[in-house]
Amino acid sequence: MSVDLATVRKIAGLARIAMNDAEAEALVPELNKILGMVEQLGEVDTSGVEPLAAVIPNHLRLRDDVVTHDATGGGIRDAVLKNAPQAEHGFFAVPKVIE
Amino acid sequence: MSADLTDLGIAAIRDGVAAGTFSAREVATAFNAAVEQGRPLNAWLVETPELALAAADTADAARVSGDLKPLSGVPLGIKDLFATKGVETTAASSILKGFVPEYESTVSGKLFAAGAGMLGKLNLDQFAMGSSNETSAFGNVISPWKRNDGGNASLAPGGSSGGSSSAVSARMAPGATGTDTGGSIRQPAAFTGISGIKPTYGRCSRWGVVAFASSLDQAGPMARDVRDCAIMLEAMSGFDAKDATSLDIPVPAWEKGLSGDLKGKKVGVPKEYRVDNMPPEIEALWQQGIDFVKDAGAEIVEVSLPHTKYALPTYYIIAPAEASSNLARYDGVRYGLRDLPDGANLQQMYAATRAEGFGAEVKRRIMIGTYVLSAGFYDAYFTQAQKVRSLIVRDFEQAFAQCDVLLTPTAPSAAFGLGEKSDDPIAMYLNDVFTVPSSLAGLPAMSVPGGLDGQGLPLGLQIIGRPLDEQGVLNAALAIEERAGFTARPKVWW
Repeated sequence: MSVDLATVRKIAGLARIAMNDAEAEALVPELNKILGMVEQLGEVDTSGVEPLAAVIPNHLRLRDDVVTHDATGGGIRDAVLKNAPQAEHGFFAVPKVIE
Repeated sequence: MSADLTDLGIAAIRDGVAAGTFSAREVATAFNAAVEQGRPLNAWLVETPELALAAADTADAARVSGDLKPLSGVPLGIKDLFATKGVETTAASSILKGFVPEYESTVSGKLFAAGAGMLGKLNLDQFAMGSSNETSAFGNVISPWKRNDGGNASLAPGGSSGGSSSAVSARMAPGATGTDTGGSIRQPAAFTGISGIKPTYGRCSRWGVVAFASSLDQAGPMARDVRDCAIMLEAMSGFDAKDATSLDIPVPAWEKGLSGDLKGKKVGVPKEYRVDNMPPEIEALWQQGIDFVKDAGAEIVEVSLPHTKYALPTYYIIAPAEASSNLARYDGVRYGLRDLPDGANLQQMYAATRAEGFGAEVKRRIMIGTYVLSAGFYDAYFTQAQKVRSLIVRDFEQAFAQCDVLLTPTAPSAAFGLGEKSDDPIAMYLNDVFTVPSSLAGLPAMSVPGGLDGQGLPLGLQIIGRPLDEQGVLNAALAIEERAGFTARPKVWW
């Protein structure tokens, strides 16, 4: 499989990366070179092989359903908003999404 | 006195501070000066001399009160992939320029709680994507090493932990944190003549570490020798409820368990690692390593890892796929850069912000990842890669039925010149051919200096161990270190 300019544009759209013509065109051969390398995997017989889910066996833990008072918990609104490019009235602000 | 203090490693500083041979403040002052003098190497993104001094004063007070901790008096460099509370953390990207975390990563927090101070934040490949430190938004890190050919070419310090390797090698820090996704601790350690270990996946918490590929990323120490790595790794490891992949098991006393005696141990040599066009010097180094571990009492066993050649293609599907997902969080809303062109809507703001904030290699990997995860290609690429990954894990399991650790070269060459490979992504990716398979399998793996090549540049040997057998890895590395007698160091030109 190989990508063409239209595919690169489509992927850039999915990846939310703005790209001019020159950038998109430059990526076509680069991505094809990398895809050419990964194509090799098609020759491996993986029938009956399960895709790897966890590299080191570990069970998923559940934590108590309570508010924790650390950086993963609640009650730290100002800290959460501190690095926002734009925050207003205690919220993240973005361009208008409803006309 | 101060020039001598920067020659000391972690154990020597710890012991010297405890014995009162010198004060922690003297140590911090000496390293702060070395950091300043080393600016031409571009290893540091942020210098924090005041934090190093504050921790040193705490250590000196702790000595008086008999309250010393395992790393009291040891100043460290922290790779700028670790969030440090109140200190800018950018992952060497433009998109995070100005980001000052309100929280501390678990690993850096553990090191500071163990008494260590912070000299500063270390440069790296942008979002840890790269093998040469040429993808940083803040300029290349330069290796302190030079070829002995009379030329003055700037060499790559390896990547992605190139600021860490450069700083430790140039005596700007006795140790530094690194992270390893496909070899980002081991390859830079090999290029700069230092030691570094990537522990078993799950040993070190990933909480507060800027994510690249979550099923692979693992923090680890980089230092001048095996003992120093063991000391630092003990302080970095341990269960963390904030990371769902953190292993809830005790941290062994690795330093205490160190022994270079390999009697009764079997060291495996994987035949598939004899890749095409391997430089004779790498072959010779490997043979030298085999002789070292034999001399330490080990028996050599030839083993087979039949899926080795598929490790790189597997990695270059899985890592970009996870990266494309992880890096979706950089959208210009919650932190970091926002690029809002006139009249742009929300979608246009995302796209403009990401176009502006990500470097070329990061965009390339996001694009590959987005493609292999997209509808119609997911099974052909991503699911197939995860199946091959299962086979790679199985290869290692079968090899470890016959031996205790594996011995390989760390990288297929010595450090290359900056710019020599940057035009060809595949040539760059091939540099990780020996480190990627163990990353895919989550195994502990270490690079230790083995010798010099014809141009006077360091070469590393890699030890790969069974899951959770960091001790076996450290011990085999120690056996090599004891015999290699590696004392070469870069001449100060900066």
